[in-house]
Amino acid sequence: MTSPSASADGPGSKEPTPRRSVEPITAVPVRYPERWVAAGVVLVLAAMFVNMLITNPAFNWPFMFEHMFSDPVLRGVWVTLSATVLSMIIGILLGVVLAVMRLSGNPILVSVSWLYTWFFRGVPRLVLAVLFGNIAILYSTIHIGLPFDNYWMPLLGFEGDARFFEIDVRTLLSGYAAGLLALSLSEGAYMAEIIRAGLQSVNKGQTEAAQALGMSRSRIMRRITLPQAMRVVIPPTGNETIAMLKDTALLAYVPVTIELFYQLQAIGTRTYQIFPMLVAACLWYLAITSVLMVGQYFIERRFSRSERGVRDRIVGGAH
Amino acid sequence: MAEENNVTGTDEVVETAEGAALPADALVVAEDVHKSFGRLEVLKGIDLQVKRGEVMCVIGPSGSGKSTFLRCINHLEKLTAGRLWVNGELMGYRQKRGRLYELRDSEIAAQRSDIGMVFQRFNLFPHLTVLGNVIEAPVQVKRVPRARATERARELLERVGLPDKAHAYPEQLSGGQQQRVAIARALAMEPSLMLFDEPTSALDPELVGEVLDVMRDLAQGGMTMVVVTHEMGFAREVGDSLVFMDDGAVVESGTPSDVLSDPRHERTRAFLSKVL
Repeated sequence: MTSPSASADGPGSKEPTPRRSVEPITAVPVRYPERWVAAGVVLVLAAMFVNMLITNPAFNWPFMFEHMFSDPVLRGVWVTLSATVLSMIIGILLGVVLAVMRLSGNPILVSVSWLYTWFFRGVPRLVLAVLFGNIAILYSTIHIGLPFDNYWMPLLGFEGDARFFEIDVRTLLSGYAAGLLALSLSEGAYMAEIIRAGLQSVNKGQTEAAQALGMSRSRIMRRITLPQAMRVVIPPTGNETIAMLKDTALLAYVPVTIELFYQLQAIGTRTYQIFPMLVAACLWYLAITSVLMVGQYFIERRFSRSERGVRDRIVGGAH
Repeated sequence: MAEENNVTGTDEVVETAEGAALPADALVVAEDVHKSFGRLEVLKGIDLQVKRGEVMCVIGPSGSGKSTFLRCINHLEKLTAGRLWVNGELMGYRQKRGRLYELRDSEIAAQRSDIGMVFQRFNLFPHLTVLGNVIEAPVQVKRVPRARATERARELLERVGLPDKAHAYPEQLSGGQQQRVAIARALAMEPSLMLFDEPTSALDPELVGEVLDVMRDLAQGGMTMVVVTHEMGFAREVGDSLVFMDDGAVVESGTPSDVLSDPRHERTRAFLSKVL
């Protein structure tokens, strides 16, 4: 240990050094002429683009604005939004289950999860949408009952069947439900991989500490691992949500004709104003994506623990 | 093992559920504990007893298996051979008619809830506040009402000298403070045994003292402790017994002053000459 007096009596430490008047540096800044050149080029290109928007009659702006907010289009926006939200919710839940299965160590669950991901990631969403639209060809009715009753009932000497009730697939899987199913199941496969990566990113010491406290494996997953995985999971999930918004256009192939892009295109072909309606589609998708990005920003802030304001709110809420 | 274990204690024995006879005053009984990772044998037959209220310090070079042994006590590592009892319960298994049955996850969790553990790297839960860390296990595992758990957590934070940090997050604390929270978190489960896995090795030198102070208080309060450490001063002053391990085996054990000042084995002497 050094004696405290050694440093206190060191040279110059008693008196603060007298303050000299500080003269700010005045130097000629480095010039960047190339920035001005770039700005000029961009400006000219932008002017050309705006000029085209205004002068090219194919845009037909008044027509676009008139039809962009018509009732069928607004209904289409609603269908697109609801399909995005619902299929993402189902997809995330599926993804959590599949990821936990994949990491469970139970060989059967691991292979089921792997097989699921292999299938739904391997088949294009467009194909899935058409496939689920035509699922009624495979099953016209769904029977709820005991499996393989047509084999074992006669063997045991029973008459009839062991089916309790049946549902017509065409009513159960209307176009919208079939399309939603296709998108959700496909999303589940992608989310499973994202959530698996998140779970694996959590330090092993966290699990050990929780185990040492006597927490069971399922409780550790729920209370310790999953919440910490969220930080890693959220940004790619935002990506997935935006991708899903755009993929709802595939619903048209189920077919779900009330969907946004189908409606806009229908107006375009009917009126021969194809291009304005395509521009309207771009604008709608961009607008919704922007709203979703704002949502993602707030969710990310909620789950990042280094964020000061959020922390205060959580602490305040604990009282 | 060449050395007699120092903690022979009384000759009174108790019968466990499996019919094994254990010394009545022993909280931890390890019998010929072996552990291998693949081909690598890390523990080569450990026989040890820790009496109730005893503070046992375990020293030895890195790679000697002392941390692995500690992790065997609360079944974070499965033994390859041997038996280990804590509080008369065989850890991780049930023995019936001469056969061993693995316990379910929930049963092992119940056994662990009676054993506190403090890690070298603290392992606090970063997404929870200090208070959240301390009440998590009592509320989730023991179903203690939140208000009571909070009250108890505040007492514990007071005891480890951090009464004003309840609403801080782990990353806002120094290493020494984090380790003291980790101790409070383990104590919140009211364990009958505390395991310390090199609790001061990841700390800046000037923060070691505050953690050792808390551990010293705990020892004086009568807690049974097994401490893997490199702090010879702590071992000498606070420990009731000292175990020197090398190469997966107990080389020497006894009272700290005997082992530290008058080691009987060449390997102990060689190790101590490097660390003292």
